[in-house]
Amino acid sequence: MNVSIEHYLVLSAILLVIGAYGVIARKNLIIVLMSLELMLNSANLAFVAFSRALGDMTGHVFMIMSITVAAAEVAVGLALLVSIYSNRKTIDIDVLKLLKG
Amino acid sequence: METVAFYVFAALALAGGLMVVTFENPVSSALSLVLTLFSTAVLFVLLLAHFVAVIQILVYAGAIMILFLFTVMFLNLKPEGLKFESQNLLFKVSMLLAVLLFVGYFASLGFKKGLFLSNISVSEMEGFGTVQGVGTTLFTDYLLPFELTSILILVAIIGVVAIAKKRAN
Repeated sequence: MNVSIEHYLVLSAILLVIGAYGVIARKNLIIVLMSLELMLNSANLAFVAFSRALGDMTGHVFMIMSITVAAAEVAVGLALLVSIYSNRKTIDIDVLKLLKG
Repeated sequence: METVAFYVFAALALAGGLMVVTFENPVSSALSLVLTLFSTAVLFVLLLAHFVAVIQILVYAGAIMILFLFTVMFLNLKPEGLKFESQNLLFKVSMLLAVLLFVGYFASLGFKKGLFLSNISVSEMEGFGTVQGVGTTLFTDYLLPFELTSILILVAIIGVVAIAKKRAN
């Protein structure tokens, strides 16, 4: 049985759902950011799989852009996290509900 | 051979992803994320995306994960900060249904007809996924987005420095 693009897309979808579960269910802000990385990575996998199936390298370029955005996002997110921790002494997102009405 | 490699590394990627969202310790989660990212890099090689696979390992599994690990160890969280509150049963069932929805969607629609990889043979894609091929695409058709990426990184650097300075005051 040959490995087709659908195999990669199913894997990508499952990884996306796992990451979404982590973003929704976890209370630790660091692990929420890691789950976000997991979701971005699953999107990258879909990009590269489509790129291979269509024989077009545009997907690779998009994947490089996606990695750049992810790196910038992680840098800003972790800086905010350290700042929040030094002010509030916690990164539990159940405690950090200052903006909740 | 390719099929075996796909299933082995797909299983590793899924196991790593599940460990990221279930482990209580952020260090364990970060190392599980490295497993997932590395397995994905192997899948990129199977998809003939060699340059992107190297970038994945260098930038994602290298630089970004070191940033995560540095932050986790820098904060030095107390054990109660690592606690993982389990959700109620209804929430778990709903997430399970979401997973089944995604898998069922692709299983019913995707496997019937589609773009099979065997349609395009390797030989007719000379230079696919190499540094030269990706670089040519990046610096001709997508030169403007590439330059705009540098502005994004500049904004991120300025933002991080601004946040760090604010904390010092």
